[in-house]
Amino acid sequence: MIRFEQVSVTYADAAEPAVQGVDLTVPEGELCLLVGPSGVGKSTLLNAVCGLVPHFTGGTLHGRVTVDGRDTRTHPPRELADVVGTVGQDPLAHFVTDTVEDELAYGMESLGLAPDVMRRRVEETLDLLGLADLRDRAIGTLSGGQMQRVAIGSVLTAHPKVLVLDEPTSALDPAAAEEVLAVLQRLVHDLGTTVLMAEHRLERVVQYADQVILLPGPGAAPVMGEPAGMMAASPVRPPVVELGRLAGWSPLPLSVRDARRKAAPLRERLSAVAVPSPGPAAVPAADAEPVATVAGLGVHRDRTPVLHGVGLTVRPGETVALMGRNGAGKSTLLRALVGMHQPSAGSVRVGGAVPHRTRPRDLLRRVGLVPQEPRDLLSADTVDGECAAADRDAGAPAGTCREVVARLLPGVRGAAHPRDLSEGQRLALALAVVLTARPPLLLLDEPTRGLDYAAKARLVEVVRGLAAEGQACVLATHDVELAAELAHRVVILADGEVVADGPTEDVVVSSPAFAPQVAKVLAPLPWLTVGQVARSLEGASA
Amino acid sequence: MSAPHATRSTALHAGAWWVWALGLATAASRTTNPLLLGLLIGVAGYVVAVRRTDAPWARSYGAFVRLGLVVLGIRLVFAFVLGSPIPGTHTLVTLPELPLPDWAKGVRVGGRVTAEGMLFALYDGLKLATLLICVGAANALANPARLLKSLPGALYEAGVAVVVAMTFAPHLVADVQRLRAARRLRGRPDRGAKALLQVGLPVLEGALERSVALAAAMDARGYGRTAQVPPAVRRLTSVLTLGGLLGVCAGTYGLLGDSGGGYGLPLLVVGLGAAMAGLWLGGRRSVRTRYRPEPWGVRAWLVSGSGVAVAALMIAANGYAPGALHPPAVPLTAPVLPLWPALSLLVGLVPAVVAPVPARAGGGAGAGRSARSSSPARSAPSAPSASSDSSAPSASSARPSASDPFTKEPTQ
Repeated sequence: MIRFEQVSVTYADAAEPAVQGVDLTVPEGELCLLVGPSGVGKSTLLNAVCGLVPHFTGGTLHGRVTVDGRDTRTHPPRELADVVGTVGQDPLAHFVTDTVEDELAYGMESLGLAPDVMRRRVEETLDLLGLADLRDRAIGTLSGGQMQRVAIGSVLTAHPKVLVLDEPTSALDPAAAEEVLAVLQRLVHDLGTTVLMAEHRLERVVQYADQVILLPGPGAAPVMGEPAGMMAASPVRPPVVELGRLAGWSPLPLSVRDARRKAAPLRERLSAVAVPSPGPAAVPAADAEPVATVAGLGVHRDRTPVLHGVGLTVRPGETVALMGRNGAGKSTLLRALVGMHQPSAGSVRVGGAVPHRTRPRDLLRRVGLVPQEPRDLLSADTVDGECAAADRDAGAPAGTCREVVARLLPGVRGAAHPRDLSEGQRLALALAVVLTARPPLLLLDEPTRGLDYAAKARLVEVVRGLAAEGQACVLATHDVELAAELAHRVVILADGEVVADGPTEDVVVSSPAFAPQVAKVLAPLPWLTVGQVARSLEGASA
Repeated sequence: MSAPHATRSTALHAGAWWVWALGLATAASRTTNPLLLGLLIGVAGYVVAVRRTDAPWARSYGAFVRLGLVVLGIRLVFAFVLGSPIPGTHTLVTLPELPLPDWAKGVRVGGRVTAEGMLFALYDGLKLATLLICVGAANALANPARLLKSLPGALYEAGVAVVVAMTFAPHLVADVQRLRAARRLRGRPDRGAKALLQVGLPVLEGALERSVALAAAMDARGYGRTAQVPPAVRRLTSVLTLGGLLGVCAGTYGLLGDSGGGYGLPLLVVGLGAAMAGLWLGGRRSVRTRYRPEPWGVRAWLVSGSGVAVAALMIAANGYAPGALHPPAVPLTAPVLPLWPALSLLVGLVPAVVAPVPARAGGGAGAGRSARSSSPARSAPSAPSASSDSSAPSASSARPSASDPFTKEPTQ
């Protein structure tokens, strides 16, 4: 269905090709997953299929890409619109109209389909994706998962034979991601659509893939094969595969179900071992003076309660994960801690100050927030400029920020533009900027969005290091694996209220949505991460 | 005929609402009687109250009302400070008058403020405010995007540009708010010219990136596909459109000027005809079809007809009761409500009966829904996380989570 013949792509101002030596065929009706670390050209490869590379992005494409027999060299993206449906990383950037139904029809209108055909396909698509109740809704009022489904629906109505998706579940909470993946499953199984997608969160998708295309590194030729085989060679692996490698299972399990079938002996071995130490770092003292206290907090927006009666205490050296579905109030709670929302009830104290009445200059030394989009925080043209500005803002001696950057982000050039950094590097830079003022409380909003496993591992290391030095940290995240690795405590928010608050292993093991893969495999044993299992096994054999 | 619930198939044509609102606006421009203007505002406000949806654009009505009040206020302040050419005998206060040089003759700052002058300014300002409120009503009742969809095919590209621009404005507002919040996080002041400059650049950068992403998405979805048109037809299209527009210009000039009374009208008509033919021919290049165009049915006729009727009756009333429609400010008299013009304004209430009833949140259309997807009861009316202080329909916020706090399961 999709054929790459000796394809290499070089962008206009780049010395090296973004991808090269691509020579593979994706058969019809397969769900094909594109895997690899950040910056190896996954998006380039995806965009080459729909013709945006090189017609829209510029650059030189050598070789030939054919989709359903059409050569992308002679067919610009609009001429491929009826065979390839493309959904980019940000569904919001994809929408042209303002209501769901119009959005579904937009592509067909451009193709000039007959009105009765359009009508029928819109109805079919509404049913197929479970959007019938949303048909008249304005797109701006949808939740993240709904938007992603509408975006997929809007390209499906043209009945494309190929669907190209870039990170369809990265920004979604676990349940919404399931929703989207269920739809993709259905398309592949019932309609024979060929799906090609890139996704960092392998733990969510690898079990559904028929084929995996692995881009091992920048400039290296991609390899294609069966998921289990490819996972053995891949530099990026979901926890369930890591566990399989650790336990020496063959073939490697890709889903929790596969792993549980093989895990009985491992569970036996582990249950003989003492219960693992709860967190990676020592649990902070419970009697230390808290760095932040939230009591009975209520926040309203437009008279709608967003938070209601929320209580939270954070002590030095403690890492707290805030979890809950999209829109449960996680970000609002973080913003209330930096004084962006005025409480309508209850109180917020951060280092003894009331955040929304404290001047930004003073608040900076009490609490720091890295927002969901770290780029918002960066305004200078170069990394060095950013560091100098951060030193000035914090009143720190010159070079303080640069030192932190060197620690978090070794080997980054000072003259680099923040925009040219990878997602992970940008996050580290924003983190360094915030840490320059040495706030005792650090807040991270959805830090793993768009990060690959390597960048995530680095983040985990950094935050653990900080916690060991007594830094308190609150992170709002959908990423259950991250929470399991980092958090001493998990607080689950639903509908603006705290519904669970306790040590990580108590809260997440019992929850179907928030349990990490290792916990699901080993349940009812309280092991959460592959690292813990490895340490326990070493301890047992020693 | 009782009105059905508004669905996609019964929805009123957007053009009908605009004709209705422009009819009311025309009526407003024909009177300065504050009682009649007040009645007109009441009529428009009532129809908006019973027939507007929960959609983002429907919230713009409040912004227009506020704009109207601001216009009224400015008119009064000017009349108070700068005086008014209306002669009057009832002096309210006497402000100290600013001596101005000779060349500024005719301009007065300060001086006597008369009740007559202020009353005249009030009538005048009220008329402007009513016009604005009528336009606001059309904006709130008709989806602007749907109106643009009714454009002829050749103008489609321009229509898309306008729609895209309209959805971008709320994104920009959200971007500015987000970046100002980020400045706070870095311990910097978020006000002042320097702050605005530093926020302004990233905002523009973000807008540019978003438009590039949107252009890519539109390209990949088939935007801009064209059909093959013979070169002769293409040339004919250009000639007709250009020639027609020239004809329209010359004809209008002839009509308005003193000399060319003879050739003005025919030239205008021929020019219009040629331009229309050019647009129609130009539409053949586009392969687009239209999804569920709104039919112009009986209800659309009634709604638009009621607006036209209000305008016509008011113009007629200028013939039989000019005094009551323009109560004099000198001498001071209390305006009276003329019966027949007032009754004729009430014709404008027809849409409140015949237009389809919008599906309100919590009732009708979106009530039953799976547990996972959000509850319409709360999500729909409360979506604007950022719009409380901005007039624009900024509900469609830039990132998904901004509207999220309200999309929750209906479980509690």
